[in-house]
Amino acid sequence: MFESLSPTQLPAADEALREPVRTLIAEAVAHLPLDRRARSWQGFDAALSRKLGQAGFLGLTLPKRYGGAERGPFARFVIVEELLAAGAPVAAHWIADRQSAPLILNYGNEDQRQFYLPRICRGEAFFCIGMSEPGSGSDLASVRTRAERTDHGWRLNGQKIWTTNAPHSDYMIALVRTSGTAEDRQSGLSQLIVDLKAPGITIRPIVDLTGDAHFAEVFFDNVELGEDALIGTEGQGWKQVTAELAFERSGPERIYSSMVLIDAWIAHVAAMGRLDGATAALAGRMTAEIATLRAMSLAVTGLLAAGQSPVVEASLVKDLGTTFEQAVPAWIGDDLAAHPDEPVSPDLHRTIAYLGQIAPSFSLRGGTREILRGIIARGLGLR
Amino acid sequence: MTREELADPFHRLLEGACPPAVVRAIESGGDWGDLWAEIEASGYLDALVPEASGGAGLTLAEIAPLLMALGRHAVPLPVADTMIARALIARTGGERPDGPIVLVAGAASAPVAFAAVAVHALIEQGGVLRLIRLNDCARAPSGDPGSLAELVGWPEAPGATGWPASGVDLAALIAIARAAAMAGAGDRLLEMTVAYANERIQFGKPIGKQQALQQQLAVMAEQVVAMRMAAEIGCAAGLEGNAAGAAVAKRIASAAAVIVADTAHAVHGAIGISEEYDLQLYTRRLRQWRLAGGGETYWAQRLGRLRLAAASLTSVDFVRTHITATGTA
Repeated sequence: MFESLSPTQLPAADEALREPVRTLIAEAVAHLPLDRRARSWQGFDAALSRKLGQAGFLGLTLPKRYGGAERGPFARFVIVEELLAAGAPVAAHWIADRQSAPLILNYGNEDQRQFYLPRICRGEAFFCIGMSEPGSGSDLASVRTRAERTDHGWRLNGQKIWTTNAPHSDYMIALVRTSGTAEDRQSGLSQLIVDLKAPGITIRPIVDLTGDAHFAEVFFDNVELGEDALIGTEGQGWKQVTAELAFERSGPERIYSSMVLIDAWIAHVAAMGRLDGATAALAGRMTAEIATLRAMSLAVTGLLAAGQSPVVEASLVKDLGTTFEQAVPAWIGDDLAAHPDEPVSPDLHRTIAYLGQIAPSFSLRGGTREILRGIIARGLGLR
Repeated sequence: MTREELADPFHRLLEGACPPAVVRAIESGGDWGDLWAEIEASGYLDALVPEASGGAGLTLAEIAPLLMALGRHAVPLPVADTMIARALIARTGGERPDGPIVLVAGAASAPVAFAAVAVHALIEQGGVLRLIRLNDCARAPSGDPGSLAELVGWPEAPGATGWPASGVDLAALIAIARAAAMAGAGDRLLEMTVAYANERIQFGKPIGKQQALQQQLAVMAEQVVAMRMAAEIGCAAGLEGNAAGAAVAKRIASAAAVIVADTAHAVHGAIGISEEYDLQLYTRRLRQWRLAGGGETYWAQRLGRLRLAAASLTSVDFVRTHITATGTA
């Protein structure tokens, strides 16, 4: 079953992007300690995003007429893989490049494309996604934030929460109710592009358990938006969000969140000269899972490249991938604690502590484990 | 030829020639000659043999779907082993024997899968490959119910002349063949288990409507897909048997085997434990093949030693450069 996931190779032309981007990344992360690099796609560095944009590494899947590289998902896979493997702070452009730009390309009108896409490609327009609300988490169709028609566009009222990167973003693509009530579920929802500088918007960062503030509450109090705020078709928000989630859930960021820790641990045990069976087994286990998950992620990328919307396949890879990246800090922490006489760098200690504490979020962000497994069950024909 | 064009006739052949009744009969000591003759006549046994030697000249990656089909149909004969053995023998220009051949690496004291239904063993010891008649060996049942594996005592001074393995890692090839068969058996179990969950009514509705079961089946599906992708990585290593690729295949397949077999049984309930229900044909194989040729820890250790020997590489670079990729772009 799921034969659609089949071995897929990176085209040589896209593989060729690896060396140039690697040079750029090396400069950007050189000054960052390991535990900062472990923040990876939660780490914010607007200057790096602009550099990547200038060098042509953003908007790789977008047409040239919008400032993109017209290369496709495989090129993006290479760039994303390099950024994540190095622990580059990519939060600024991450969501825009991954899902907002494809959404605007697919559903936006020509004016919207002309306005937003070149800015995204230059690393100058940062996006966040307004999905969760205080009463709507996994049950996303119950959102209550509401946009009402006005003479000039839309009036927005309500609240989003847990919005990653909202404090640093220029725009939010929000899923809101434009007709009916929460009881109407999937119908009557639409997506709006909200300029976060508009009057009536309050953004309040939320500090997480590690002391970071990467997510936020966002309040909308009679926010006046123009006609052009609507992206796609009124009432089709649910369908659009579902397609968007295939982009959100398929990438290597669902596998690589603990990658800098793995590589630092490998360097540590090599420096200690460890060659025992338990050490080799852990190194081998992690390597085998990386190799397999990477092949699965490439297979999903292949489906995206073929123009499909692999919602079920992406869910399958994300659930397996986050299970892995979540387990890694516990495995490595246990390994180091089993060798109390070894000198361990403070950097490595801090990284294990940070990742161990934040790891539960890996299977929450982008759809919880239980929701993803429900999607897979539907794909199996059980629902 | 697409993968489907290669694999579909093979599936049809096995569906016809190797239904569960035939599997059970051979496992009970019945004659396997007819099944072997049908497979031999199909030509698939020479899939890996170079065209110049009369074979199809396919690569291990190309026949990955065939290796998985063998597990899917619980074929009770060493078909994958014989395919690989024939290719290796053809390379030496040597005479290949008729009949099923099993692959063995090292002076294995562990049960040898399929030994009860093989005529020859192709064995690698100390960098030398030898073809040994199993009738010249001391053989005993493995004691594993319904198993075709045997404990084999190899002759102290094997009479057969050997030839240098010259880089062929037979242990890796065995691991790849077993991993692929496990992926096929796992896929079959997933289909059976999903179908059963949709049919079996409890509390007035199919048990598959229960979220608790849906979540288990989703995990099972993830493991089955991981097994298949890992087996493909192994097959991509080719006939030399790249140890890193083989290790990925067998580590992932062996670790997944327990989860997949246990979930299949958990969903089926008591009927799945009964002999007459077909589930056991596949779950028994998963448990045997999990350990055959090295289990998940053995292969994790082998891969881990390769990884630690290249500690200056990032994990992404190690995977890119040491674990062969294949497939179409």
